[in-house]
Amino acid sequence: MDALATAFGMVFQPFVLLVILLSALYGLFVGAIPGLTATMATALLVPVTFFMAPVPAVAAIVTATAMAIFSGDIPSALLRMPGTPASAAYTDEAFKLTKKGQAELALGAGLVFSVLGGIFGVLVLILAAPALAEVALKFSSFEYFWLVMLGFTSAIFIAGKDVIKGCVSMLLGLLIACVGLENPAGAPRYTFGNAELMGGISLIPLMIGMFAVSEVLRFALAHVKPEQVADRPFGNVFSGMGRLIKKYWLQLLRGSALGTLVGALPGAGADIAAWMSYAISKRFSKEPEKFGTGHVEGVVEAGAANNSALGGAWIPALVFGIPGDSITAIAIGVLYMKNMNPGPMLFVENPQNIYAVFIVFLLAQLLMLPLGWMAILAAKRILRIPAALLMPLILLFCIVGSFAINNSMFGVVIMLLAGLLAFCMERWGFPVAPTILGVVLGTLLEEHFFSSLIKADGQLLPFFERPIAGALGAITLLIWLWPLGRRLLQRGAARPS
Amino acid sequence: MLGAVVLWSASSFPAVPGQKLGAGFLPMLIGAGLLLCGLVLVLRGQRSPAGSSAQPAPASTLRDRASALAIIVAVVAYIGLADRLGFLLVAPLCLLLVFRALQVRWALALGWAIVGTLVVHLAFYKLLRVPLPWGLLRPFY
Repeated sequence: MDALATAFGMVFQPFVLLVILLSALYGLFVGAIPGLTATMATALLVPVTFFMAPVPAVAAIVTATAMAIFSGDIPSALLRMPGTPASAAYTDEAFKLTKKGQAELALGAGLVFSVLGGIFGVLVLILAAPALAEVALKFSSFEYFWLVMLGFTSAIFIAGKDVIKGCVSMLLGLLIACVGLENPAGAPRYTFGNAELMGGISLIPLMIGMFAVSEVLRFALAHVKPEQVADRPFGNVFSGMGRLIKKYWLQLLRGSALGTLVGALPGAGADIAAWMSYAISKRFSKEPEKFGTGHVEGVVEAGAANNSALGGAWIPALVFGIPGDSITAIAIGVLYMKNMNPGPMLFVENPQNIYAVFIVFLLAQLLMLPLGWMAILAAKRILRIPAALLMPLILLFCIVGSFAINNSMFGVVIMLLAGLLAFCMERWGFPVAPTILGVVLGTLLEEHFFSSLIKADGQLLPFFERPIAGALGAITLLIWLWPLGRRLLQRGAARPS
Repeated sequence: MLGAVVLWSASSFPAVPGQKLGAGFLPMLIGAGLLLCGLVLVLRGQRSPAGSSAQPAPASTLRDRASALAIIVAVVAYIGLADRLGFLLVAPLCLLLVFRALQVRWALALGWAIVGTLVVHLAFYKLLRVPLPWGLLRPFY
């Protein structure tokens, strides 16, 4: 309880509250502009948070992402352009509602159910994370090795459409993680005699490049003129929301639960959560024929899911240091910089920090109601800002931000190369998320693998001997073998016919 | 598609040579994995008729391509010139280049290039104390 009081003291300080407010406005703004994603918002925030204490730094990221995921709904309802990929699942539905003259309903449902879903995700995080951390305290390198493997597996097999391409992306990430001196043998790898490469490739410029610069490049290639927003004053967006909650409470719970779960899986984030729960909502709806014609049910469920995914993604990030989505991958990088290394020890040594993060999470969700409403009212003005004006400024910000992390021009070089790489990967259909996971987890994987191998005297059997390690290993292998087994089954089934 | 595949499988070759037994192990695995995936992708590319394996790249006009190139040029120029000429000179020029590449009107582009540079300078140099390069302007500092 003492820690809890300390945590409240840490959050309710003028500076921290100001940071939360500013990053909330920033998140709403970035989310509302089509082409700027929540992940990009986080990547751009990092150079600024670099200069803050841990709690305000995490607060800024948490608040900005939560707001950005909601405000992505605004342009999707008004312009039929999702503000962030997480809103893409129900963009058509929301826009059709607007066309029917029910823009208030679409935006209000997006806002209210985003908040409720977000709170659900945070509550699960608060309940599950400490309990998991207690289990994780007993973990040895064997368990960690399998957890990391399971993370990769889930990113490739569950989150991706194409397993092989996912594999390539992940291996590429691991390859990037190999660069430098940080390996068990301490031997320089892939440094090509370059002193800057000895220290490895720093994560932050890499992320800025992959998520922001590649986005700017993509914008330049797909120059779209924004549509005009329907010029009409909005009524009360909150009217009828109580009725909606009563009618769709099951959808709300289902969407939030699925969102939290998908968020917690490494490699799958808010966008996949929204797609999945929109599909589930349609599948189990009493009136599936109304979907796609401007029906609020799917907006309710998917809108709750994408916000709850944010809370879910922090569960593995805080407990194991394994990111649940690309946003937490960046956040983990920030935590390491702040000497707040994620892992179960964080819960034992610095519980007040963890509680502070929880409080910020809840605060951000509550702030979303008034601020989100303001954003809806200001939507017309925000959406009129041409993206062509913003993109060059973002680019300059990326350059300076990458420079600022180590005060070296080398960061800018990494940023540019990473941006080009991510841009090309996306063009050719390779997912970027497994690459980030590979980079973040590469060192961890190698470290745990080698210390396990040394403990096991070079044998592989002990990897399965401890009960939890054995179970995790078995699950991993099962998922690997599943596509193969399914193909064999199909072939077996096809032969008799 | 095939071009990408060839590129991946080729890029996996330099990954294979292992150094010491310990350090080389993971890169070796990665190299082998990349090679394997590359092979599978090549096989798949050959089996399905060319082009059908979904290349979503929308046809971009020459102008759009030029503007993307301009962005890359701007960053490269910044990397190459910032130390010599200084942030306050190079940044507005880079911004101007990218603004024009995205077809922003001259006056607007010029104004925003200067304002943007000053804002970033204030935020990062003054507020966060990032030592942005001064270059030529050092005497005026």
